[in-house]
Amino acid sequence: MRKIIVPCGLHCIKINHLGVSLGGQEILRDINLHIHCGSLNVVIGRNGAGKSTLIRAILGDIPHTGNIEFKDRENGRIQKLKIGYVPQSMNVEKQTPLSVYDMIASYRSNVPVFLTCGRKIRSRIEEHLKLFEADYLMDKQVCNLSGGELQRVLLSMALMDSPNLLLLDEPVSGIDRNGMELFYKTIYNLKRNYDLAVILISHDLDYVKQYADKVVLLDGDVRKQGSVREVFGSPEFAQVFQGGKEE
Amino acid sequence: MEGFAWLQYDFMRHAFLAILIITPLFGLMGTMIVNRKMAFFSDALGHSALTGIAIGVVLGVNDTSISMAVFAVVFALLLNFISSKVASSADTVISVFSSCSIALGLAILSQGGNFSRYSGLLVGDILSITPQEIGYLFLILLATLAFWLFAFNRLLAVSLNRTLARSLHIPAGWLENLFAALTALTVMVSIKWIGILIINALLILPAAAARNISENMREYHFFAVLFSMFSGILGLVISYYVNVATGPTIAILASIIYFATYFDRRD
Repeated sequence: MRKIIVPCGLHCIKINHLGVSLGGQEILRDINLHIHCGSLNVVIGRNGAGKSTLIRAILGDIPHTGNIEFKDRENGRIQKLKIGYVPQSMNVEKQTPLSVYDMIASYRSNVPVFLTCGRKIRSRIEEHLKLFEADYLMDKQVCNLSGGELQRVLLSMALMDSPNLLLLDEPVSGIDRNGMELFYKTIYNLKRNYDLAVILISHDLDYVKQYADKVVLLDGDVRKQGSVREVFGSPEFAQVFQGGKEE
Repeated sequence: MEGFAWLQYDFMRHAFLAILIITPLFGLMGTMIVNRKMAFFSDALGHSALTGIAIGVVLGVNDTSISMAVFAVVFALLLNFISSKVASSADTVISVFSSCSIALGLAILSQGGNFSRYSGLLVGDILSITPQEIGYLFLILLATLAFWLFAFNRLLAVSLNRTLARSLHIPAGWLENLFAALTALTVMVSIKWIGILIINALLILPAAAARNISENMREYHFFAVLFSMFSGILGLVISYYVNVATGPTIAILASIIYFATYFDRRD
């Protein structure tokens, strides 16, 4: 088991004036976010509000303006920000001969997965899968996992190099009610027990209400950010969701 | 030995050597082509061989193999670029470019009613391969092996989720272009021996059959290479005794293996 570090609350990640234009169209403008370690930050918004674009910009997958700072407040040092990312889905069809080991090792190891199974990387993967009680999935085919199982596998992969920031992109789709509950509890435990900040894109406002420390309402720009009560009670929130829930 | 009588001829020995190089090469490349759903892409590349030769003829190049290889690499990179930029689905884009290029190739090569000179390319003839050409095949095999050893994991990672791969600083674009160029070169150095009409079958069938019965990447590659080599060697021997073209015989055997594994697959 990895040593559990209690969040110190002294690191922070600042996103300053982030903007994204794709194909001449401005998708995000002037996004300013201030994120502390040990906090769960949930981004909500309509479809097409730019939530996934925000994640991709933070990851460096698409070009953006503005900057992202990572600060260690204790000594003001600026370090390299390590980001763990849990994608929405993987491109894996039925019948794909890809085991959980193959998938994780392809991202995390140089030992060619078509040739051999590296002992060192295998035990490292196992150790991380254990954190989410997923070690029994090691040799299962990825295409045969349930939504919840895949989620746990992807989470353990995202945590392998001890990130400072964990990004989760709408991960709850395709998971049943019990699975969702379990997922949010897992995230809650993660942010309490590890020294990391979490940014989660979510559609399910009920769970957001229950678990989020901070909510960001996105619609091209940041319409409103703050505590659950502040955002859910705001006129901007009512305007975006028109009094009803999305989906 | 009676069973190896076919090896007494030079052309059969050369063909045998060529098969021993081409089949594992195709088995390996095929696994990634099927993974990345590029079956149509490699098919379009095969067809572009005609255009490459046509361009060579127009420019008055002595060795049209060179113009063919150069055109194929450019064509592959262009297809990659266009499919990443254009919003419409990749198969439509590939189809448009493939139709365009084959029409151009056929028009130029059929000028003056001379197309029959090139029709051998459609079926291929492995028995006419020379030791020097076997050398080229061997070089491509070495390059592919090196690429697989150093870049397979990362290329797989890119195909599973591009954004995730890029967030881990994997150079997705470079890898995709390198792989496309390698596929183009592989198809071009083998097309004279296998034939335009069948080359894609040999790339896709062994990998598709291996997928039916494999659970992980190691089994997938083992079976793809095994099926490819088995149908290649047996196909060569059978074609010698039955006196039919080698390429189609190999493709028929690979299809039989595909259907056999299809009914044995795990669901």
